[in-house]
Amino acid sequence: MKLRRSMLFLPGANAAMLSTAFVYKPDSIMFDLEDAVSLREKDSARLLVFHALRHPVYREIETVVRINPLNTPFGLKDLEAVVRAGVDVVRLPKTDCAADVHELEAQVERIERACGREIGSTQLMAAIESASGVVNALAIATASKRLIGIALAGFDYCVDMQTERGDGSELFYARCAVLHAARAAGIDAFDVVFSDVNDEAGFLREVELIRRLGFNGKSLINPRQIELLHNAYAPSEEDVDYARRVIAAAEAAERSGLGVIALNGKMIDAPIVNQAQRTLQRALASGTRQ
Amino acid sequence: MNPIEQLARQQPQLAALTPFAGAHALTPYLADVEQKRQRKLVPTLEQAIERTGLRDGMTISFHHHFREGDLVINLVVATLARMGFKNLTLASSSLLSVNAPLIEHIKNGVISQIYTSGMRGKLAEAISHGLMDKPVQIHSHGGRVHLLQSGEIKIDVAFLGVPCCDVFGNANGSHGKSRCGSLGYAKVDAQFARQVVLLTDEIVPFPNVPVSISQDRVDYIVQLEQVGDPSRISVGAARVTSNPRELMIARFAAEVIEHSGYFKSGFSLQTGSGAASTAATRFLEDRMLRRGITASYALGGITGSIVDLHHKGLIETLIDTQSFDNVAAQSLAESPRHLEVSTNEYANPSSKGTYCDLVDVVILSALEIDTAFNVNVITGSDGVMRGASGGHCDVAAAANLTIVVAPLIRSRIPTVVRHVTTVVTPGESIDVLVTDHGIAVNPARPEVAERLQLAGLPLMSIEDLYQRAISLTGEPQPIEFTERIVGVIRYRDGSVIDVVRQVKE
Repeated sequence: MKLRRSMLFLPGANAAMLSTAFVYKPDSIMFDLEDAVSLREKDSARLLVFHALRHPVYREIETVVRINPLNTPFGLKDLEAVVRAGVDVVRLPKTDCAADVHELEAQVERIERACGREIGSTQLMAAIESASGVVNALAIATASKRLIGIALAGFDYCVDMQTERGDGSELFYARCAVLHAARAAGIDAFDVVFSDVNDEAGFLREVELIRRLGFNGKSLINPRQIELLHNAYAPSEEDVDYARRVIAAAEAAERSGLGVIALNGKMIDAPIVNQAQRTLQRALASGTRQ
Repeated sequence: MNPIEQLARQQPQLAALTPFAGAHALTPYLADVEQKRQRKLVPTLEQAIERTGLRDGMTISFHHHFREGDLVINLVVATLARMGFKNLTLASSSLLSVNAPLIEHIKNGVISQIYTSGMRGKLAEAISHGLMDKPVQIHSHGGRVHLLQSGEIKIDVAFLGVPCCDVFGNANGSHGKSRCGSLGYAKVDAQFARQVVLLTDEIVPFPNVPVSISQDRVDYIVQLEQVGDPSRISVGAARVTSNPRELMIARFAAEVIEHSGYFKSGFSLQTGSGAASTAATRFLEDRMLRRGITASYALGGITGSIVDLHHKGLIETLIDTQSFDNVAAQSLAESPRHLEVSTNEYANPSSKGTYCDLVDVVILSALEIDTAFNVNVITGSDGVMRGASGGHCDVAAAANLTIVVAPLIRSRIPTVVRHVTTVVTPGESIDVLVTDHGIAVNPARPEVAERLQLAGLPLMSIEDLYQRAISLTGEPQPIEFTERIVGVIRYRDGSVIDVVRQVKE
């Protein structure tokens, strides 16, 4: 069960950021070859990201690369480079339907075969950025075994919906649709970026909203947001105490061969045990909420 | 025979005594009410210089409280140049980018030797490239007072810019339109100089209180349009950061303090003026509140963020040799437990008691630190001087826990190196290095390493940090120097800890 609360965006052409970003220890780092890279820097960014992926400092952190769409002159070149460099996850932008994922998967498998990489070892995630993407969310989320998650991208989605970012109500349906699709498919769900890096209070309000909805985490554009996000996702001390008791009860039940787990006279079922494991995992990663 | 002659005959050793010659023989100005009051006021700087009896080859001194906003040093040296002085030794507590005009006066022979804590900008560049025949002597803040005490620096005339003084020279920096706060550096010059000329933009009614520089040390007073621009005090050095990397280093530093074993009620601290160490005070605040811990005193350059903790009751007393911003200057004026101290009281190793002796924890910065923990705060990666010794080696030597904060890599230049270009503070004084990539504890402090390890902090050996840096940047080509020595790095006790050589063109 991989923890994916924070996914830090890095412009692929920014060499200085590539050489230091891993120190901020987000759960995943996402090198962007798409919108954050200008047309004339597409090739140099691809080369930089290729070398970053191969550097030992990026071995200990989950790497994600957002490639250009496959229908652009850059998408396939990006894919060739990053699959060969050993990227953990390829993020497909502007995913509108399951066929987009199938096309990506076929190309990934071809490259894996060509370069001798273990078939299936390249994971995928799909970014949903349009009304059709939201409507097709479940089909997208279940389109490939390689998918580890789907992400909502707010900017393009709002443009497509003929609205703009506001208090969050404009994203309410899309958030719920993406989240339900992800949960039904058994994969992770990621929320949109919060672009005003100096508005700490606004960021924390949005984090609290998406945490309560049930998102695994959020895409981030500034390292300063990582610590805030991790702390917001950290359980309280009471939560940790309870989770420890649940796990202890589950272990005791298993030792004694009982099929039924009870804590303080109440029945505990598998989802509660899973929830307790997630709580302890978050506490292990970032301690308790300050 | 008059009584003196009689006295001399009976007691020959008293022959030199002179007879009474009127109440004002020694104090003629007391006979004239106007003169009594006005005798120290001199209309122009030139006249004041003439009256001091300054001659070629003598030593003049300044303070750098106004930092990049200083208007006194350049003005006085330009005036001395106009008056034809040559071969002077300039002993300023420090020099900054604003002092670039001194280059001309060095070329013209007005200044032939410099003592300073540091240099920046074009002046530092010119000296690093061999501008002066005699190498510049770099001292620490405490070490400067030691050199004054030992007599190596003999100040003939101190020219001290003060934001306000009265007609007798009682001066302070906590009031006046150019308020700069503490006059901690200047107090020492006033104490040791043979002659003291105060330059002020505000003459206030007598007696001026508080008295940072006392009337009994002051010879002449000249009123100027402006002695300094306080808004430029915090330029270049002390700043508040939103840089995520500096914030992360600051957070690590606060965590190191929290788990070091020194984070107890009544602890004392100093934070330097660097971005990360200033930010560390903010992270420290949360931890102090959470654990109900207050500090007994904070020392050093005082910043607004330290004053904030003082206002919140988290730091009981502030000990201030240099106010880094207007918030600090205002606090010095208003808070009864915000104390102004001289650099002698701050950090002179031969003082009878310095505040730095009793500091528990200090956070310092570094341009380079090597695998033996030696720190360079003077020369940049191009071998050019661009920093200041300041209180670095003073407090590092004294504090119970000395933490250096620095990014592992600046642009593409490693900060952790095999050998620093210039040693300013010896590795034996450094206990912990905090970088954005990890924390290294000096092997001489295993108990600190153990505590930090237990707290789950990301410890690495300094060798591993060095290897990490090299793996990202590659091995930098060594800087090429000539044999010629352009700077002498004096340790706080006056000994020579290193020299700076001229960079090859």
